Amino acid sequence: MLTSKEVNIILHRLACQLIENHLDFSNSVLIGIQPRGVSLAARLKTILETEYHIPPIPLGFLDITFFRDDFRRGETLEANKTQIDFLVEDKKVVFIDDVLFTGRSIRAALTAIQSFGRPSEIELLVLIDRRFSRHLPIQPDYRGRQVDVINDEKVKVCWKEKEGEDAVYLI
Amino acid sequence: MSELSVNHLLGIKYLQKADIDLIFETADHFKEVINRPIKKVPSLRDITIANIFFENSTRTKLSFELAQKRLSADVISFSAAQSSVKKGETLIDTVNNILSMKVDMVVMRHANPGAAYFLSQNVKASIINAGDGAHEHPTQGLLDSFSIRERLGEVAGKKVVIVGDILHSRVALSNIYALQMQGAEVKVCGPKTLIPKYIESLGVTVESNLRKALEWCDVANMLRVQNERMDVNYFPSTREYAQQYGVDKALLDSLNKEIVIMHPGPINRGVEITSDVADSQQSVILDQVENGVAIRMAVIYLLASKIKQ
Repeated sequence: MLTSKEVNIILHRLACQLIENHLDFSNSVLIGIQPRGVSLAARLKTILETEYHIPPIPLGFLDITFFRDDFRRGETLEANKTQIDFLVEDKKVVFIDDVLFTGRSIRAALTAIQSFGRPSEIELLVLIDRRFSRHLPIQPDYRGRQVDVINDEKVKVCWKEKEGEDAVYLI
Repeated sequence: MSELSVNHLLGIKYLQKADIDLIFETADHFKEVINRPIKKVPSLRDITIANIFFENSTRTKLSFELAQKRLSADVISFSAAQSSVKKGETLIDTVNNILSMKVDMVVMRHANPGAAYFLSQNVKASIINAGDGAHEHPTQGLLDSFSIRERLGEVAGKKVVIVGDILHSRVALSNIYALQMQGAEVKVCGPKTLIPKYIESLGVTVESNLRKALEWCDVANMLRVQNERMDVNYFPSTREYAQQYGVDKALLDSLNKEIVIMHPGPINRGVEITSDVADSQQSVILDQVENGVAIRMAVIYLLASKIKQ
């Protein structure tokens, strides 16, 4: 669906859109949603800091396993590490995830982040927005690419650090 | 693996190595949770747990209750002293009455070895053994290993000596099973009268000299002398016990290495260990208590995930 070059262009556009709203990020933090939002969040942080000379931005990883609404309703899921070494009190928080599908993960993340304080606002950035599949009234503030995918198809996002290439596939 | 192989936690004996690994990984996550500004997750909103303590307990009961509340479970607790058990009700009847109030999980401490196993065979609920007589105390065994793993990096290959009243100790047996399963070497040390006769058949070695045992080990787990379980005198006097099997700072400093000191609590200060040892850098006693909550959260969470709707 997307090649390495296209992913790269989209990441730069998303970075520019973030700068438009957050300027120098002095009161903003990036939160990657575990497990798949972590690579995207780290990548965006690098682009912002090295190519657009933004001062270091706090980056955290949030695991939502214990906040999901399907505990005991489906398969058992393994938890991932939550690493947020700062308080989000009165900060502008940007949630970062690779694919937005039903919106349930983001609902869980909205609850989970409250354990770390009361943010002044929360925004959502996703690389792929699967339109027409939402179960909850949740929409992204920044989207890489909007796609129409039927329900039994899967969107897979690959990253150079993990899978060896930057690409998005439809399976 | 993301699921336990068992539906109850009756003893370490019934677990596999992979279960312990899973419990530890999950406990790592919960340890992070209980250090957040808001120390609570909503996972177990629809689970109700009964804590039934037929024997006295402070720390274990508090630790279980806190773990359950941190997971957002509904909790009811009672001690036998205030219950109908005193009026002659049987164990199964007591528990079934509680279960008919729609309880999903039972945490039980009982004076009889095998009580938790018996219950698991006879009632429909997930059972966690919080100590059954002198048999097992699995969550204590797990949190002790977890604390060793935290302090020393891993449990495999470590040498652990369990000192004191092995005969009356459920902590000793759970520790032996848990440590051996993870590849640690275990030695027991204490007066001959407090070492069970056939303990070697579990694959542990016996040492009656405390200094030799301490020189051998990486970790010393100092058990409490359980006066309340002793029907006869097992040693001449508390003073003599303290001289022979108590650890003080001078003894600790005279060893050629730094060992880790553990104690399951409650401490008889000046008997098993002196105050300066209990409060020293080498002691992980308070870490054990903190880890107890994380371990119990992990066990409850993992068992609850197996209760199907």
